Amino acid sequence: MNNKNNLKGWLYLLPAMIFIGIFMVYPLFDVFVYSFEEGYNFASQTYQGIGLYNYSYVLHDPYFLQAIKNTFILVIITVPLSTTVALLISLALNSIKKLKDLFQTIFFLPYVTNTLAVGLVFMILFKKTAYSEGLVNLLLNSFGIASIDFIEGPYWAKMFVLCFYTIWIVLPFKILILTSALASVNKDYYNVARVDGTSRWRIFYKITLPMISPSLFYLVITGFIGAFKAYSDVVALFGIDLNAAGMNTIVGYVYDMLYGNSGGYPSFASAAALILFAIVLTITVINLLVSRKNVHYQ
Amino acid sequence: MKIVLEHLTKKFISRHNKNEIVTAVNDFDFEIPDGKLIGLLGPSGCGKSTTLNLICGLETPTSGKIYFGDLDVTNLPPENRGVGMVFQNYALYPHLSVRANILFPLENLKGADRLSKEAMEEKAMEAAKLVQIDELMERKPNELSGGQQQRVAIARALVKTPGVLLLDEPLSNLDARLRLQTREQIRRIQKETGITTIFVTHDQEEAMSISDLIIVMKAGILQQMGQPQEVYNDPVNLFVAQFLGNPAINVFDGSVRDHKVYIGEDCVGERNVEDQEVSVGIRPEAFIPDEKGPFRCVFDRVETTGRDTSIVCHNEHCVSDEDVRAIVAADEKLNNKDGIIRFSLKPYKVHVFSKKDETVIHE
Ligand SMILES: Nc1ncnc2c1ncn2[C@@H]1O[C@H](COP(=O)(O)OP(=O)(O)O)[C@@H](O)[C@H]1O
Ligand SMILES: [Mg+2]
Repeated sequence: MNNKNNLKGWLYLLPAMIFIGIFMVYPLFDVFVYSFEEGYNFASQTYQGIGLYNYSYVLHDPYFLQAIKNTFILVIITVPLSTTVALLISLALNSIKKLKDLFQTIFFLPYVTNTLAVGLVFMILFKKTAYSEGLVNLLLNSFGIASIDFIEGPYWAKMFVLCFYTIWIVLPFKILILTSALASVNKDYYNVARVDGTSRWRIFYKITLPMISPSLFYLVITGFIGAFKAYSDVVALFGIDLNAAGMNTIVGYVYDMLYGNSGGYPSFASAAALILFAIVLTITVINLLVSRKNVHYQ
Repeated sequence: MKIVLEHLTKKFISRHNKNEIVTAVNDFDFEIPDGKLIGLLGPSGCGKSTTLNLICGLETPTSGKIYFGDLDVTNLPPENRGVGMVFQNYALYPHLSVRANILFPLENLKGADRLSKEAMEEKAMEAAKLVQIDELMERKPNELSGGQQQRVAIARALVKTPGVLLLDEPLSNLDARLRLQTREQIRRIQKETGITTIFVTHDQEEAMSISDLIIVMKAGILQQMGQPQEVYNDPVNLFVAQFLGNPAINVFDGSVRDHKVYIGEDCVGERNVEDQEVSVGIRPEAFIPDEKGPFRCVFDRVETTGRDTSIVCHNEHCVSDEDVRAIVAADEKLNNKDGIIRFSLKPYKVHVFSKKDETVIHE
C-alpha cells in the first residue's frame, strides 16, 4: 500500500521533474563543463583542452573586473539601505490607524507597475536630452547647481541613479513583507512591555526586531541574491552597451560573452557565471552563519 | 496598596457595528482593600479584562477616576503605575531565556532606580525561587510546560515588587490538575508577598476557593462584592445565585401567597411580602430526604460521584431544562413512594427572587 502510494507520488512528480531536469539541471551541469573547456569553438563545437584558462582569462578581463566592482557597490549600498528604509516605512505604516490601507496600496503600486514604465519615469526624472534637462536637473538648477548628466555623465552620477532605481524597485515587496511581519507580532508582548515600563527604543530593539528577525533575514538573503543578479534594470537605464558605459554587472558580462557584440564565448560566460555562483554561495553561507545567533524562529 | 475606583466607566465602539456603543465597565464605584487577594468573576465578555486594563493603564477610562492609595493614577501611563501584570497567554518573550524574561522589567529601570547587575540577578533569583522555577533559568519559554510558563510570567510581574499584581485568567490555559496546584501557588505567593492582587476568572470555583474577596460582575455592571462564602450564602440577585455554586442552584417558578412561598402547591418557605410571582432558588445541599417533607419531586436516579451522592429528580416548575439535583449524605435513606420523593429544605439555602427585577427578597 505504502509502496504503491509512493509510486503514485513519483508519477505525479514526473512531469515537473522532467522539465526541471531539461531546463535547470542539465544546463547547470553543462555550464560547469563549458567553464573548463579551453578554446571552445562555437561553430564546430570542438575544444582544445581542459583546464582553468577560462577562469584566468575572465579574472584578468578589465570589463569583468569593472562588472564585479559595479555589482559589489550596488549590493553593498542597496541591500542595507533598502531594508532599513522599508523597515522605517513599515514601522510608520504600522503605527498609524487611519488611511493605513491607502498608504499600503500606494507603497505597493511600483511593484505591480511595468518595469519599462518605471524606467520611463526615471528617464523623465534624470535624462538630459536635446530638448529637456530632466526634472532632477531642473530642481538642481533652481538651487543654483549645474546640470549633471545622470545617464551618460560621471560614474558616481550613474551609480547614484542605479542605486536609487534599485532601491525604489525593491521597496514595495520589502514593505509588504515587513508590515505583515510587524502586524503579526502579538500585541500582548507590547502590552506587557509597557506595563513593565519599557522605553520605546528598547521595545523596538529587544522585542520588535527579534520578533520580525526571520522576515528581515529572508529579505536580506533574497536582497543579496537579487542584487548580485542585477541586469535588466541596468539595461533599462543605460542601454545595452553596458561595457562602453562602464556600468556592466556580472550577469550583464555573462550575457555579453554569450550574445553581445563581442559574444560567442560560452566558455568565458560559463566561467564568469560560476564565479558569480561562488560569490553568492559564500555570501549566503556567511548570512546563514550570522543568522544562527541573531534570528529567532518560533 | 488599596485601589479605589470612582464612578469608573469605559465605553467602546462595538467591534461589530460602528454605530453601537458597548459599555464594558459601567460606573464601578468601590474600594479594593490593601493586601488582599481579590477574585474578579463574571461570564466571558462581561468586562473583566477591561477592568484590569483600566487599572494597569493600558486603557483610559471614558469617565471616572482610579486611585492607588491616595494617589490619582487615572492619567498616569502604565509604565508609571508600578503594577505587575500576567496575561492570559503569559506573553513570555519567546526569544529570551527565563532569566532574561525575569530580568527584563529590572533592566527597564533608569537613573537612581537602576540596580547593579548583581542586585538585579539577586532579585530575579529571589522572584524565581518564590515561584519555584529557579532550576529552569536558562531555558527558553517553549521548553517549559504551561504551568512553568505561567509561573515565569508571575515572577516577571513580581520582580519589581509592584504595588498591585493583576492576573488575567491566569489558569485558563492549564489542565485541570495543574489548575488546582497553580491556584494554591498563587494563593501562597500572594500571602508571602502581601501584594494586593486582582485575579480574573470566569470559573466561580476558582475564585471562591482562593479569594479573600470576590467581585461578581455581569455585562459591565458590578453585581456583588464580598467574602466568597458570604456572597454564596446571601446572593443579591438571581444572576449571582446562579453563577456561584457547582452543581448550580436549582431555580423554580413560584409564587408568594399569604406570606407563604409556594412551588406549585408545595410550601417551601415564608416571605413577609405581598402576593406576587417569584423565582425560587434552592441550593443542591438544601435538600433533606424526609417522608413528611413539604417539597415533592419525581424521582429519576441516584448518581454517586466520589464522596457526593446526588439525587436527580424532576419538577414541572423547574425553569431550566435540566433536572433538579439534590446533594445528600451518602448514608441517607431514600423515601421513594410511587416514584415521588419528598424533601424538607434548609431554609437558609432557599433564596427567593422577585420576578420583576430578579433581586433577592429577604424575610
Ligand atoms: N478594544 C475594544 N474595542 C471594542 N470593544 C471592546 C474592546 N475591548 C473589549 N471590548 C468589548 O467589551 C466587552 C468586555 O470585554 P472584556 O473586558 O474583554 O471581557 P472579559 O474579559 O470579561 O471576557 C466585550 O463586549 C468586548 O467585545
Ligand atoms: Mg478577558
